[in-house]
Amino acid sequence: MSALAQVGYVARRSVLRTARQPANIIFPFVFPTALLAVTSAGLSPATKIPGFPTDSFLAFFLAFPFIQGALFATMNAGTDLARDIQSGFLNRLALTPLHGGALIVGQLGGIAVLAFVQNCYYLAVGLIVGVRLESGIVGAIVLLILATGVAIAFGALGAFFALRTGSGEAVQGLFPLLFVGLFLSSMNLPRNLIETDWFRIVATFNPISYLIEGLRSLIIAGWDWEALGLAFGFAAVLAGASMVLASWALRLRLTRT
Amino acid sequence: MSRQFWSVALAVAWRVLHNVFTTPSLFLPGLVFPLFFFTAFAGGLSRVDNIPGFDFPNGYTAFQFVFVLLQSAAFGGVFTGFGVARDFEYGFARRLMLAAPKRSGIVAGYALAATGRWAVTAVVLTAVALAVGMNVGGGGVDLVALYTLALIVNLTGAFWATGVAMRLRTMQAGPVMQLPIFLVLFFAPVYVPLSLLSGWLHAVASVNPATAMLEAGRSLIAGSPEHVSLAFGLAVGMAALLTVWALRGLRSAERAGA
Repeated sequence: MSALAQVGYVARRSVLRTARQPANIIFPFVFPTALLAVTSAGLSPATKIPGFPTDSFLAFFLAFPFIQGALFATMNAGTDLARDIQSGFLNRLALTPLHGGALIVGQLGGIAVLAFVQNCYYLAVGLIVGVRLESGIVGAIVLLILATGVAIAFGALGAFFALRTGSGEAVQGLFPLLFVGLFLSSMNLPRNLIETDWFRIVATFNPISYLIEGLRSLIIAGWDWEALGLAFGFAAVLAGASMVLASWALRLRLTRT
Repeated sequence: MSRQFWSVALAVAWRVLHNVFTTPSLFLPGLVFPLFFFTAFAGGLSRVDNIPGFDFPNGYTAFQFVFVLLQSAAFGGVFTGFGVARDFEYGFARRLMLAAPKRSGIVAGYALAATGRWAVTAVVLTAVALAVGMNVGGGGVDLVALYTLALIVNLTGAFWATGVAMRLRTMQAGPVMQLPIFLVLFFAPVYVPLSLLSGWLHAVASVNPATAMLEAGRSLIAGSPEHVSLAFGLAVGMAALLTVWALRGLRSAERAGA
């Protein structure tokens, strides 16, 4: 069987097992949208702060669900892989000719499919409630590509943790950490409008800020090449580093004894 | 209340608190999440107090502190509900029911444990808020009233979650315990005063009981109490209703032979 076919089988399994668990489907759709509704309504007066880049907080905050959805992808990828390890499925796979790389790429392929569907949903919700993308239709396509890339990057991180720890609980424990990273970013206000010095510094060093700002730039600014470059760059670095680490962890996990 | 009631309540409370304080994975989320929300909201959104019409006199840190205090109180109660569900899943609750001479003491014990657990969170949260320069305008009586209000919210959360846990008796009931509390809290004026909200959130927040509690709490920390009687009336009323809800949950568990 070719490597591509192996990737396809693993990706198909990844999509199907997620689709068969309603909680894994419902939460990534409902929770980010609920937070979008509540926060954008609650913080809409923030657009009156001098220097705020748009008069719609909903448009400003629309980048948030894409990133939160990506965090859910991390959990799904990691937890599913950890379950495979705990149930012994990975050991049985090791007895087959399946290539290790195909396992990781296939798993991430499944995450990419689900993330793409999620991202289309978030974008549709935004458009339905009146957000108009300054970057137009092409911007919408770039937004979906970037958001799906971010989900793949986080998914690879989840896969690494799963392979390293072999525990679904350990992967779940990663979620609060990533959630803290999301909240300590520029998700609620642009960095130049964050008044508290230490928070602004943390947000500036936090890569999640740049992922959010790249997505946001397509919605409220149009084509901001610097923001887009940083977002694609950080997503690529995170994806690359996580995949290298995941491959290394998989090799350790599959070492024949 | 009878001696048997208190002996059951204290034994259950001691067991829950012992479990929580000796198991970091149970204790830390309840402690860390409020601190994290406080940091993210008070630190990241401090510029919000520059919005025209934002007239809270004690600054954004104090404004957000009250929300996070009430949120930690409510979720402190909900986290205790998770423990009740876990006790049912592992079969401990069945043995507890058989052993307890006065079963209503079980509900009281879980509620006492929720309060004990939240007390630690409240102390740490307050210490952190004061350390980062929170401006407190209220006097001793105002602050006692604020923490008493939060305590009633904590009991309300505990009775709600205990009632759910005793009816469903599974850890999978977690979202049912959390989501209504989450919605009630976030459909209130979390980030700005009610007067600055508009649209659907203003309409919902205007009839949301959490708004009255939040605004009363903020007025207490500012030292200019407003609508305090309304807030206490609503909080005590909800706590009383949810006490009945929890006790009926206990009866439901008894009928199910759990």
